[in-house]
Amino acid sequence: MLTFLALASVVLLGIVPEQSQAIVIYTGWERHALLGSDIRLSCSFFSWRWTSEDVTFSWTYRPDGSRDSISIFHYTGGVAYVDNKGPFRDRLEFVGNPGRRDGSILLKNLEFTDNGTFTCDAKNPPDIVGRPSSVRLLVFEKVPIQAGVITGAIIGVVLGLLVLIVVIYYLMRFLVARRVFSLSVSKHGKKKKEGSQQRQLWTPPPLTCYPLP
Amino acid sequence: MLLILLGVLILHLIILILLIVSTAVSAWSVGGQRSTDLWYNCMINNGGYHCKPASSEDWIQAVQALMILSLLFCFFSLIAFLYQLFKLVKGGRFFFTAIFQILASVFVMCAAIIYTVMSPDDASITQFGYAYVLAWVAFPLCLISGLIYIVLRKKE
Repeated sequence: MLTFLALASVVLLGIVPEQSQAIVIYTGWERHALLGSDIRLSCSFFSWRWTSEDVTFSWTYRPDGSRDSISIFHYTGGVAYVDNKGPFRDRLEFVGNPGRRDGSILLKNLEFTDNGTFTCDAKNPPDIVGRPSSVRLLVFEKVPIQAGVITGAIIGVVLGLLVLIVVIYYLMRFLVARRVFSLSVSKHGKKKKEGSQQRQLWTPPPLTCYPLP
Repeated sequence: MLLILLGVLILHLIILILLIVSTAVSAWSVGGQRSTDLWYNCMINNGGYHCKPASSEDWIQAVQALMILSLLFCFFSLIAFLYQLFKLVKGGRFFFTAIFQILASVFVMCAAIIYTVMSPDDASITQFGYAYVLAWVAFPLCLISGLIYIVLRKKE
């Protein structure tokens, strides 16, 4: 009975972790690009197993508004196969590093017809259960401002103005106080000059500051 | 006297909480299964919540910035109130507190107006959500609170 339990637990421990393992693929969510520019679509994955030599990456493309997707890139057995018949012929380049779990591709000279969804699927045998991840490409004639830039700019400007006003206020107070102080110093200096001039003509007036007894 | 002080402080805290909720919750526009703006665009599928970041158009970013600024200014005014409560000369007015509170109310007003004018007339998004209502409620409360601080004087 005990040996049966031991055997069962060993078997269960051996099976359960493998079922909970799955490959997790990361791509961006959305990419914005200018017409005619190049863009790098990144794809990487996380797997509990070591990167095997049979790792495969494949990219498929589905244009906006269409329901069919075509395969545009496949990496297997250490060789990268790029699209040579479809919409990306001569415009696609593999810039990833499969040894470092990176299967990114570079799209050159973007056109408006490249708007669509790119799906990356990576397999790391024996870890093959996973969900492909998609990145949406938007091609603009003029790239709109990224999220948060205007927000940060408005907040920064207003807070900066606030700090500036406070600094100027305290600076003015400090300067006014200093001007009062420097006025009395110049008056004292003028008195001294008059005294020295009078010394040349007649005897100096008696000192008024006697030490208190 | 103590009652007035307590009332004014509680009003200020209520305004602060309203602003925090209105800024943080993404429910400025709701309709059916969607709830969108200010930060996320969430849809309730049969699978569950599915959120993506809100559109990064100029006016949404301006509304975000103005709401955050109004929140900050309301908070600064609370700090200034507590500071001036102990440091102000007798018979003085809560000048800085009032200025910050009125600026906060102006910012909330601008944010709410921009959102009202620019929010898209989608078919699926039909109603304004509770965060939008809270922003409009916070604006007159903030203004009244600022005016109270102008009138208030430190006695004794």
